Amino acid sequence: MSESIIQIQHLTKTFGQGPEAVHALEDINLDIRQGEIFGIIGLSGAGKSTLVRCMNLLEEPTSGAVIVDGQRLVWMEQNRLRRISERELRLARRKITMIFQSFNLLMQKNCLRNVCFPMELAGVSKGQAEKRARELLELVDLKEKALAYPAQLSGGQKQRVAIARALATDPKVLLCDEATSALDPTTTASILGLLKDLNAKLGVTVVVITHQMSVIEEICSRVAILDGGSVAEMGEVQAIFSNPSTDAARRLVYPGGVRAAAEYIRSSRAVRISFNGGTAYQPLIASVAIDCGVKLNILGADTRNVGGKALGTILVGLPEDPNEAAKALSYIRAQPNVTAEEVDYQHE
Amino acid sequence: MSEIFTGAFWAQYGGIILEGIWDTLVMTGISTLVAYILGLPMGVIMILTQPHGIRPNKLVYNVLGWVINMGRSLPFIILMIAIFPLTKFIMGTKVGVKGAIVPLVISAAPFIARMVETSLSEVDAGVVEAAQSMGASTFQIVWKVYLPEAKPSLVLGASISLITILAYTAMAGTMGAGGLGDLTIRYGHQRNVPSVMWITVLILIVMVQMIQSTFNYASKKMDKRLNDEKASDKGFTALAFMEKFRKGC
Repeated sequence: MSESIIQIQHLTKTFGQGPEAVHALEDINLDIRQGEIFGIIGLSGAGKSTLVRCMNLLEEPTSGAVIVDGQRLVWMEQNRLRRISERELRLARRKITMIFQSFNLLMQKNCLRNVCFPMELAGVSKGQAEKRARELLELVDLKEKALAYPAQLSGGQKQRVAIARALATDPKVLLCDEATSALDPTTTASILGLLKDLNAKLGVTVVVITHQMSVIEEICSRVAILDGGSVAEMGEVQAIFSNPSTDAARRLVYPGGVRAAAEYIRSSRAVRISFNGGTAYQPLIASVAIDCGVKLNILGADTRNVGGKALGTILVGLPEDPNEAAKALSYIRAQPNVTAEEVDYQHE
Repeated sequence: MSEIFTGAFWAQYGGIILEGIWDTLVMTGISTLVAYILGLPMGVIMILTQPHGIRPNKLVYNVLGWVINMGRSLPFIILMIAIFPLTKFIMGTKVGVKGAIVPLVISAAPFIARMVETSLSEVDAGVVEAAQSMGASTFQIVWKVYLPEAKPSLVLGASISLITILAYTAMAGTMGAGGLGDLTIRYGHQRNVPSVMWITVLILIVMVQMIQSTFNYASKKMDKRLNDEKASDKGFTALAFMEKFRKGC
């Protein structure tokens, strides 16, 4: 798990020049490890699609280095960007394939031919390509649709074909660019399940680009939060979820929820209680009421289940009486897997 | 008009009408073929070199675009006269079927280039990007993505090209090219035999209808998208080009 498969170093991407230049990415550093499912999340415009396109050079960075599986795709030499030759790049792209939000299947070819396509490009013989394509369609559970055309398939089925196609050249990395954003929740879950499965079965590293926190929760082990073209926060999904330390992370983890509560606050003292796994579904607030006789006012809450562990925060208003408040606070702090942080909401 | 049902009429004119049909078919067929050999690569190059194409090249794109516009802005009949010396140089003659082919090709190739460009621009950019992400070369993208994906639309475009060139051959007829246009002028107009004119008109209508319905059917049949997404059902955008082009004549 520790060897790195994609390294991004000091990567920047600027569109345009002069005063109208748009800095889409600024000094991005990432290290994606072999075999993991890595998430890149950000709101639209954060630069995530540009970043993922820099990984296979569909987009050429302005500066920085991209190293995939030990091979440099672009790098800096005497302050100038250098890139590998077209030929080498085409070969490298077989190792780092991609699926898309809009599936991007060839509409005039049936599923089997779609899956054969990358092999056809690579010069694999027709018979061999077809045999492998059938195996791959079986792997994504679409064996019976081999001769159907994309127009005859549902969105989820199209994405399965796209996944089979992306696996045709035995890639080391599968880039997923908003791969589930056009799908309904049930289909999303099944596609994510498939990606998780393939990751476990084939050991292919998966890089997931999304604006949906739920996607990250569902399958990613580590996540980078992209905000305004730079990495705001990066780390284990659980750590970031239980304790988002930047504004960008908080906006994504608790969109609206906790912040909006600030408007209703009358008391000047509030506490943000974070659950770091395990106790989110234990009746903490009720316990405080029973054990300490202190009534807490719940101002906002957002808890969720991440990878089987309960994570989340509750924002509570403390009573006016400082003794009662202190009593409640120390009770809460004594609980396992819970952190309480006093916050002053008048300023927020 | 009733004379067209008499044996004497056909004995007199049957031969030249058949000859006219043959000449028209030969001129249209050969010119369309050669014009595609020139126009198809031009259209492909326009798509590849456009600002967001896979091989953006401002110079090539602008120069070629200018050449195409030049070719399209010249009315056919004027072009035909203007290039008489060139026609004579290439074909050894400036009249007859042979003499018509050069101006027909020169006039139709830019038109076809725009048609091809329009058809190829209908190919989803995402699909092209997907092919790039798989390591496809530029040639592979043209050959295995652009052309096959645009095929139903290209086929529809070909029917429009054919019909346009068919119309040109009638104009070329007035300049001594032969074919049905020539027949109409010489017999229908100059010798005042309206029956010959009406028969040629009828034949032209049948030809156009046959071309259009055959190509429409073929396009629809080969198109694997859902009905309302098919090139034949979407209303071919190149039709708009043709309208503009016709007005220019």
